[in-house]
Amino acid sequence: MIVIDDLHKSYGHQQILRACSATVNLGEVVVVCGPSGSGKSTLIKCINGLVPFERGTITVDGVSVSSPKTDLPALRARIGMVFQSFELYPHMTALQNVSLAQIHVLKRSRAEADARSEKILARVGLGDKRDSRPSQLSGGQQQRVSIARALAMDPRAMLFDEPTSALDPEMINEVLEVMQELALEGMTMMVVTHEMGFAQRVADRVLFMDRGQIVEDTPKAQFFTAPASERARQFLTNVLTH
Amino acid sequence: MSDFDWGIIARSSAFLAEGMALSALLVLVATVGGLILGFGLALMRLSSHRWLSVPASTYVTVMRTLPLVLVLFWFYFLVPLAIGRPVGSLTSALLAFVLFEAAFYCEIVRAGISNVRHGQSDAGLATGLRRAQVLRLIILPQALRAMMPLILNQIVIVFQDTSLVYVVSLHDFLTAASVVASRDGRATEMYALVAVVYLVICLGTTKAAEFYRKGLPS
Repeated sequence: MIVIDDLHKSYGHQQILRACSATVNLGEVVVVCGPSGSGKSTLIKCINGLVPFERGTITVDGVSVSSPKTDLPALRARIGMVFQSFELYPHMTALQNVSLAQIHVLKRSRAEADARSEKILARVGLGDKRDSRPSQLSGGQQQRVSIARALAMDPRAMLFDEPTSALDPEMINEVLEVMQELALEGMTMMVVTHEMGFAQRVADRVLFMDRGQIVEDTPKAQFFTAPASERARQFLTNVLTH
Repeated sequence: MSDFDWGIIARSSAFLAEGMALSALLVLVATVGGLILGFGLALMRLSSHRWLSVPASTYVTVMRTLPLVLVLFWFYFLVPLAIGRPVGSLTSALLAFVLFEAAFYCEIVRAGISNVRHGQSDAGLATGLRRAQVLRLIILPQALRAMMPLILNQIVIVFQDTSLVYVVSLHDFLTAASVVASRDGRATEMYALVAVVYLVICLGTTKAAEFYRKGLPS
């Protein structure tokens, strides 16, 4: 589904990603973790071409992200993305946020789009918030709207870039629950997160990144019980004892 | 010297109204034309292509360092030379105002667009929207709200600047009033009227800008 091969990325002289290769298969949930600054967010933003890279290839459903012949907007429309800081459109209601791309990208009629948006908002537990502005919603609610916005496009896969890092602790679970449900329904997901509990519950595999490299790519069980690298062992001790 | 003759205002009202009409026309054309051109310049300045951003920023820098009077003169003398026939004071003044104000509106539009969080455009692009759609549907509506007070402020400045068109022998409101003042020897009355009119219009617009700013949800 998503194949990353020998990816290199640098900003000026600073190398952010070095020779990263990984695969996410259909229906798989892959959690990406590692210390901050290790390149996790950059890696996930390369997948839908939000961040350009200079070497290597990424293909999504067999389509190359960096090829000039690729219709990047069409490719992005098939991959949902959820951001750390939600990035809901502040001048629109929750419903309008969810409907916007359906209308302008998928060319659904407004009525059709709104009907779909209402269904999805209800599914993330926000059926009664359709007319609220983002500023009137809590962080957890905003993030659920932004998940709804991505789901409304009927994506083939979902990318999550630290979806709970900007949330107050008591709101983290409401977002994780929605994500967990998605995973159980068979959605292909790549999730950058520090929530190791979430990884333990739903991940199939864990990618551990350090200083721009994928140090470890292992099935979940093995990652938590017997990580191969010293660096991952340290990381786990640090996050799990807190 | 208590013999003020306020009747002079009524008697010269037609002439003063003509001046005010010219001022209003200049403000309207300079604002609409300046905003359209300034919007294009702002997009050029924000572009990552240097062949677009460098000419635009050079234009803006040059225009902003020149006094408006000089630009008015320039166009009055240069436009006829460039196109080979006289164009008249009004056309050259309108052109000068639009091209001059475009530089200022460019900076207002650019600030408005830059103020919108970068993540907003990422979010739009990630759903498959094209760049032009992201700009139109997501960035501009937010930028415009931030720009409104600045635009109103600039309109006040343009209105005050219209008085400079006397250098190409056009009669804006202030010039019309000073013509009457010196013709009939009623300087006190006329300049008092001018002060009150400018005060009311500019204060009103500034208050509107403030009101708008306060009414915005943060």
